Amino acid sequence: MSTLRALAKAQALAAGRAQPVATVRHLHLAQRPLVLVPLTLAGEANAPLAVLVGAAPKRARLLIVPQPRNRDQRFAFAAELAGILLDHLDGFRAVTEAVPVDRGRDVRHRYADAPQLLVPNPAGVTFLRLFGRSTRFRRPDGEYPVHPSVPLLGRWLTFFAERAEQPGSSALLAMTDALTLHWATGQSAVEDLHLPALLGWIDPPPGLTGARAAARAEDPSVCPPAGPATDPGFDNDVLAPAMARYAEATDEAARVEAYAELEGLLRDQLAPTWELMWRGVGLLRSLPAGARVAVRWDGDKDAFTGYAEHVDAGGGPQPRRDGAVAAAQRLHRLERAAASYAVQRAYDDPLVMAEHRLAGEAFVGMVTLADPKRVDDSGKRPVLRPRVQVVTTEPVAVPVGATLWSPARPGQKARVVFVTPGDGKTEVVVELSGGMGRGLTAPPGTVPEVGERVCLTTLSDGYLPVATFPAVDETPWTHGGPPAEVDPA
Amino acid sequence: MTSNEARLAAIRGGGPARRHNARTIAALTGNPGCTRRAVLDGAGVDKPALAERIGFPARFGQSRFAITRGNAFEAQVKADGGTELLRLVAERLGVPVPDSATWTDLGGADDLPDRRDRSRAALTADGSGAALFDHPLLALDVGGRRVHLEPDLVAARLAGRFHVVEIKSFPVIDGQADPAKVSAAAIQSAVYVLALRDLLAAAGRDAELVSHEVVLVCPRDFANQPVASLVDVRKQLLVLRRQLDRMARLDTLLATVPADFTADPTADPAALRAALSRVEARYAPECLAACELAYFCRHEAGGHTAVLGRPVREALGGVASVAEVLALAAGEHAPDPEREEAAALLRAAARLRADALTGDAA
Ligand code: SF4
Repeated sequence: MSTLRALAKAQALAAGRAQPVATVRHLHLAQRPLVLVPLTLAGEANAPLAVLVGAAPKRARLLIVPQPRNRDQRFAFAAELAGILLDHLDGFRAVTEAVPVDRGRDVRHRYADAPQLLVPNPAGVTFLRLFGRSTRFRRPDGEYPVHPSVPLLGRWLTFFAERAEQPGSSALLAMTDALTLHWATGQSAVEDLHLPALLGWIDPPPGLTGARAAARAEDPSVCPPAGPATDPGFDNDVLAPAMARYAEATDEAARVEAYAELEGLLRDQLAPTWELMWRGVGLLRSLPAGARVAVRWDGDKDAFTGYAEHVDAGGGPQPRRDGAVAAAQRLHRLERAAASYAVQRAYDDPLVMAEHRLAGEAFVGMVTLADPKRVDDSGKRPVLRPRVQVVTTEPVAVPVGATLWSPARPGQKARVVFVTPGDGKTEVVVELSGGMGRGLTAPPGTVPEVGERVCLTTLSDGYLPVATFPAVDETPWTHGGPPAEVDPA
Repeated sequence: MTSNEARLAAIRGGGPARRHNARTIAALTGNPGCTRRAVLDGAGVDKPALAERIGFPARFGQSRFAITRGNAFEAQVKADGGTELLRLVAERLGVPVPDSATWTDLGGADDLPDRRDRSRAALTADGSGAALFDHPLLALDVGGRRVHLEPDLVAARLAGRFHVVEIKSFPVIDGQADPAKVSAAAIQSAVYVLALRDLLAAAGRDAELVSHEVVLVCPRDFANQPVASLVDVRKQLLVLRRQLDRMARLDTLLATVPADFTADPTADPAALRAALSRVEARYAPECLAACELAYFCRHEAGGHTAVLGRPVREALGGVASVAEVLALAAGEHAPDPEREEAAALLRAAARLRADALTGDAA
């Protein structure tokens, strides 16, 4: 926890209302996100009980499992959910866009947009991951056949759950994470996992402070939990008797009636969270998107395209566990994504950059001298190397010779030439290279002018080199050697 | 009855003392600095009733679905007199599966001394053959008092060593279980290991006969098939030991509590709230999952950085009150010498935040 964020929490507590910790939205928000609010049966291994699903506030569809321990009903539910999800995904497969590759010498095609899934909280992501795991190896033939769409659903849910682990991906988001990325509440991180309480702080109803609204949201009789776990009181007093009535129904009419009753009471548990999900979407939409959000969403589009092609080509389900090489590659990929995501957010958002300024990784100052025409002709060829002097009142923790970057001109390097501390101020002279065209004259705007406020930082949004890994069939014996052929379910 | 016992009885009111179990001991040691909890638990106060009475009901309800499922799984695992359980445990430990084993159920009627004696006799008896002991009644010293543990475990003696076996109904999927549940189970098992070792040591036997490797038996993947996993609880044992040692003796704590203090759940709510606030507490958000009084203590701690959680409090330089944090950040008053550094950081943070929020930054 950075001191800046912690201070925002203290301010929120004092003000009785959440405080912003971002000035722009750091995630992509789809035009029509597919919102899923799942519930599970307590005590079972991820047995679905109900889900409210849909891509618009007025288009909620309720699916329920009247007897969650019943295998056939569970897979019937999976098939129904598959129908909705796969249909939604298909909606993104009509339009493609061309992306230049190989320095513009060639193009490749990808889907022009990708689907986005939203769930209330991280436990909702876990639910989808485990539901994906429990369905992707099922088969439409053999001893316990399921509908052919069920294993497909499993693969796609697994795909989304894996994307959700990638920092900066917006393919599958937990609403509580999305909101706490932008607002700090006056409560703890555990309490922030409760969507109704979190929204109570961010957007309290008229006449209530955030703290009061959050406290009220903790009472399950006023505000049902956002799932997937249900309220034990609801289980014991409402759900169990209704399930028993369904199980004991002796004729069709009684069964239909009991089913309708279950539907009604599960809808009542889910509907408040459904409303909150769309309120969260509205709050996030009210923030302008950060400049680098679109680039990251392109990554999600690539991933979606890639997986759709894999499925089309008859590719198999994701393995239960990664082999050694795949695991190392994955870790490396996630680390790179995390590093670049952190830098991109700082570049996009002065409030995030402020955390790095506090940590001594960046400073903001005023340009007091500029020599935009300076040419260095000590080498074989003269090169344009303007120098500017920046005066800052912030502590400067960078040594001479260090390379800095500025979010305003991400393609330009600034090498530190002099650092002169003075009375409450520091003068820093930097020498610029890059981002100024090819000539010996800098085009207007490419060199900061006297009087401009600039931010200089050690964070670079540049390309991080990709590590190389052995091929899977060359997995070293220290890592278990090459894995055996994919094990069937 | 000693005077302390009489005092504890008065604190608890008319009712019988609530019994401890591994979960409550684990939770107790989770916040060893809290006098309020130590006294209430030490006296065996009915904390759920107390919390309800003072208008801050706890929310530790259990779903009957979860209870049914837990019981069914446990019954299934123990169904054949332990043969299957023994095989699972032996295979997991890598020792030969014994041809036969004895199964001793030490549960039964709630006659404490008798059960205690039977448990001690059975567990310390000579013999090294494979044996399973169900529901042994164990005890532990907590805050200078002997507390009994509601036994919900099986102790397995295999190849001459005892292993704590816990049957839990959360699933292990592809070799992985919910980490929060595993760590809760690990610390509870550690409580049992400690108590078992105490029992053997008291009988003059080697405490190390009780292994630090406990066996967790859970359903595998999405089915009901049980699978055994080994959990090394050495770390948990160290933590528990340290926390138990750190916990002040109950007599010492009682001396700091007002003489007329009562937490009798039938007393007047306003009087109870007033009485409780005179006994020192140490609220942290972790209390929400571990102590029935959490909502009351959280309310009382309002305006303190403690309610925001430990990492936040630390990032704020350990300053306890939110008003103080904001005053330091605004540079409103000169900080104490030892707050100098924290104050400078807070001032810088406040300036940078304001700067960025007014859009004044580059
Ligand atoms: S909830 Fe209150 S009494 Fe319980 S441990 Fe926390 S501070 Fe102590």
